[in-house]
Amino acid sequence: MNPITRRRLIRGGVAAVAGVAGLAAADRLAKRYGLIPPDGSGIYGPGETLTYACQRLLTTRTPAREFSRSMISKNPFANAVAPPNDAFKRLAAAGFKDWRLVVDGTVAHPLSLSLADLKALGLHSQITEVACEEGWSYIAEWIGTPLSGVLREAGVLPQTRYVVYTSTEEDAWESIDMQDAGDPHTLLTMGMNDGDLPVPFGGPLRLRLPRQLGYKSLKYINRITATDNIRKFGKGLGGVDAEYGYAWYAGI
Amino acid sequence: MRVTHWLTFIAFIALLVTGGLIVISHPRFYWGEVGNVNTKPLFVIPIPASRGTVPTGYKYEMPDENGWSRALHFEAAWVAVLAGLVYGIFGLWSGHFKNLIPARRDWNWPAYRDRMAKYLRRAPPNGAEERSYNVLQRTAYVVVIFVLFPLMIWTGLAMSPSFTAAFPATAALVGGRQSARTIHFFVSWLLLLFLFVHVAMVALSGFRSRMRAMITGYTRKSGERP
Repeated sequence: MNPITRRRLIRGGVAAVAGVAGLAAADRLAKRYGLIPPDGSGIYGPGETLTYACQRLLTTRTPAREFSRSMISKNPFANAVAPPNDAFKRLAAAGFKDWRLVVDGTVAHPLSLSLADLKALGLHSQITEVACEEGWSYIAEWIGTPLSGVLREAGVLPQTRYVVYTSTEEDAWESIDMQDAGDPHTLLTMGMNDGDLPVPFGGPLRLRLPRQLGYKSLKYINRITATDNIRKFGKGLGGVDAEYGYAWYAGI
Repeated sequence: MRVTHWLTFIAFIALLVTGGLIVISHPRFYWGEVGNVNTKPLFVIPIPASRGTVPTGYKYEMPDENGWSRALHFEAAWVAVLAGLVYGIFGLWSGHFKNLIPARRDWNWPAYRDRMAKYLRRAPPNGAEERSYNVLQRTAYVVVIFVLFPLMIWTGLAMSPSFTAAFPATAALVGGRQSARTIHFFVSWLLLLFLFVHVAMVALSGFRSRMRAMITGYTRKSGERP
């Protein structure tokens, strides 16, 4: 064994101090700029935080990948959904005339919007891919109104940090940060491939987030809650998927 | 340097196991941008899936481990990438890579054939080879470090919807998202093959002394006192 020389000791000491100082500085910067995701603690916290922070620093404000019309999948795959409950069946029987999207939380004017109200906010269309965490994917045209327009209408208060969205499916809720909420591709989707959004694909209302994996694009959205404190929701991890161990930030 | 080797080893095992578990949720592979159970696969691994939506022909469903598998997969990927970064910087700085790139006079078929023949005869290494790497070792290491690992990172990122939004070429250059997934799968097999050969060679050259060298950094010459 080499003896521990004074030189090695000093070099090791300087490296250790620099390392600890660097980590402390990185932690403070990450907190200051909101680079720590709601699930950024626990054994997988460092991985989730590094991914989220790097994506926020490197790929923010780049639009989702859009595809040409010829790339739209002929046979998209809807994936399994739980059988609809009675309330959903009644709404479906009436052609979703009475479907309401409630917007509440840290907003100046809480709203209750029908599908017609949402359409009146202006329709956009995008040809984007659904990529499932399992590995499969398909491309479709999605028609709807950007979430950002609805939030503007409700007057989101400045302290808002997250937008929580809830589905009529039991126990299905998710959340996104204000970057994703303001992304023009974050679409409250009502149409697919030039028709109404079919129920298996999330009709009448699905929140599409093409820059994140499919599990963040919840089907059957009926409530949007702006909040400054994500810890108040569920177990505080920002979504039901995170409670099952999936990344809250699914841009990956 | 040795620390990065062992960090990469731990991360690689974690990536391999969790990668396998993730594949089980959809053991079908495609080429191009899109692929799902309604499209024709490139090939299918004939195993039961951990999700009921995949038609596998089996009645049995594998246990679904995707939650923690994915979390560990991405965390281990960070460990491997950061260890690789330290290794890369240190390798450039210390001139380590000069010992890895095959010497120019060995860039020919006979050099490879001769070294292979020596392996098959189990001939002991000559003087230079005892201190450094021979042409086959160098080639294997260079391919793993500069081709396979970067390809894994690339095809991994090509599956990220957010990363490809910012850098669409990542997916486009390999033929699309599903092509990236298929390449990612095959390259993981190549890396596993390397691991097998690497461990076999270590075992053949004396497992205990090689392990001691790789853990403590010191080799003991015969006759030398410990």
